[in-house]
Amino acid sequence: MSVSGSPLTAGPLAAGAWGDALIKFGNSVGAMAGFLGILLVVFLVAGRARGRLARPLAVLVFLGPAVLLLVVGLVAPLIRTVYLSVHNADGSKFVGGENFGWAFTTDSVQKVLINTLLWLVVAPLAATGLGLVLALLVDRMRGQAVYKSLIFMPMAISLVGASIIFKFVYEARGKDQPQIGLLSQLAHAVGWSDPPNWLLTQPLNTFLLMAVMVWVQTGFAMVVLSAAIKAIPDEVVEAARLDGATGVRLFWHVTVPMIRTTVMVVLTTVMIITLKAFDIVRTMTGGNFGTQVLANEMYSQSFVQFDDGRGGALAVLLFLAVLPLVAYNIVQLRREREVR
Amino acid sequence: MTGRHRNPVRKSFSSPLASAFVIAMTVLWTAPTLGLLVTSLRPKQDVTTDGWWNALIHPDFGLGNYHAVLFEGGSGGSTGLMPFLVNSLAISIPATLFPLVLAAMAAYALAWVRFRGSDAVFFTVFALQVVPLQMALIPLLRLFSSGAHLGSLTLIPAVDLKGSYAPVWLAHTMFAMPLAVFLLHNFIAQLPRDLMEAAVVDGASHFKIFRSIVLPLCAPALASFAIFQFLWVWNDLLVALTFAGGTPEVAPMTVRLAQQAGSLGGRWELLTAGAFLSIIVPLIVFFSLQRYFVRGLLAGSVKG
Repeated sequence: MSVSGSPLTAGPLAAGAWGDALIKFGNSVGAMAGFLGILLVVFLVAGRARGRLARPLAVLVFLGPAVLLLVVGLVAPLIRTVYLSVHNADGSKFVGGENFGWAFTTDSVQKVLINTLLWLVVAPLAATGLGLVLALLVDRMRGQAVYKSLIFMPMAISLVGASIIFKFVYEARGKDQPQIGLLSQLAHAVGWSDPPNWLLTQPLNTFLLMAVMVWVQTGFAMVVLSAAIKAIPDEVVEAARLDGATGVRLFWHVTVPMIRTTVMVVLTTVMIITLKAFDIVRTMTGGNFGTQVLANEMYSQSFVQFDDGRGGALAVLLFLAVLPLVAYNIVQLRREREVR
Repeated sequence: MTGRHRNPVRKSFSSPLASAFVIAMTVLWTAPTLGLLVTSLRPKQDVTTDGWWNALIHPDFGLGNYHAVLFEGGSGGSTGLMPFLVNSLAISIPATLFPLVLAAMAAYALAWVRFRGSDAVFFTVFALQVVPLQMALIPLLRLFSSGAHLGSLTLIPAVDLKGSYAPVWLAHTMFAMPLAVFLLHNFIAQLPRDLMEAAVVDGASHFKIFRSIVLPLCAPALASFAIFQFLWVWNDLLVALTFAGGTPEVAPMTVRLAQQAGSLGGRWELLTAGAFLSIIVPLIVFFSLQRYFVRGLLAGSVKG
């Protein structure tokens, strides 16, 4: 069927699509109604309990489902992944560190590890840094809400959508053809007559993919850091100013220390989201042209090669890569709760 | 300008140059999305002959691409995006409701039904928040497909969930739990103690308190998390790809678009229309409920 197909052929198809939609929504609504119905019955029954049993029963009903989901969905799989990572492809034989050895000695996987590390360092730092600069600059401007909204907007867009948006921005054509990609056009406008094919050129392409992540995350960093800066007590700033601190010095010696915790939280959050670079790489290059990252390699080892051992080992490596920042945040939270 | 805003730190950063920088950044940040929208509205032949910015001067817009991409697909014989759009909705709404309700319940128990070990549970939940979900992906999929066994003992039987939304709903609910419990706990723990104690004195059970006091008072927090979770699920690729596969029966838009980004290659008029369809729902949610969304973000990351 051609794309410019006549409305005549599209008619019955469309009708079928609506029927299909009705059934699917029916399933969804049914599931939600069932879920709420069961809860209501449980609440009514358990709510009648009195005396010594009432408390344990309440804990069980309220906390039970969440704990069960966490154990089955996260804790057990986590342990299982670690277990798989030291076993062979189908999990039948213990192989020790063989899978990790494979990861560190195979050229293609080494490249993947380096790419992932680059992603985890460059994208969060760039997004947080840019967000901080914008947070400082935008607050004094008239109509700041508009600027903030527009820069924050990409946060709502899926990484797949963002990837398609940027794939179009990076579209490159021969130099004698009219350019339809924004980046190529900009390059021409500044007099760069024969730029490379953006997404095919290593290692430039990895950084161009990171730009998508930065585009999505900068607004988030800006909004959160802007709130943190506003929360600095005026007295602190006044006192520093009386001591003679101004401008950039005030920024480094007062603002930065006061918002350090928030900066770390933002960095961590962006880093965790950067693990979703999977979506960007898969949509834009499919992992080709030297852009592969750990999550994609893990996916293909597990679900294409069916090697659970190697897939597991890569997942463990991914976890180890983010562990330092995560540990920092847990220590921080503990300290805060002790203060309270 | 109020006194609060006359902050000398910010003042020293404000100048015409600073404003120019912010405006340039805003334009730079908005142009790619605008390009997508403009391209999706242009006729096929125009898209390939010149840049979308030319269409701003000589507009020739229509909705033909949207009809084509929704109902006809792009490459011979395949279905359009319509079933996938339906799947996205049918996945996202329950996958928002389930964790919302279950996490609110858990958060209430952790905050107000004190028991031995409740602190330990809370910290475990917080720690789980930062475990990459990739860690859990492989075993969870195997669990769904073949059940759980301890030796010859079957703990959880395999369930045939192929072609159903259930695995995707379940996976999203599980992965959302840590953040949801953490955020809602922060809010629910701050409800006035007097109010809760008065209710207990009146003889209300925990179930009654939860329904008639906690849920209504927590509406703003619930709304923030609901928006957050809805956007997360709607925009997700990895979980959907793993637990739903790529068929029109269950796969959401993101999965289909990621496929098409490869297979439709240069058919930009179709790709852009499809992509815009997938981002329009989150954008509407975002712009109409931005306040709640931002509040939710701040609750999670600004301590104090």
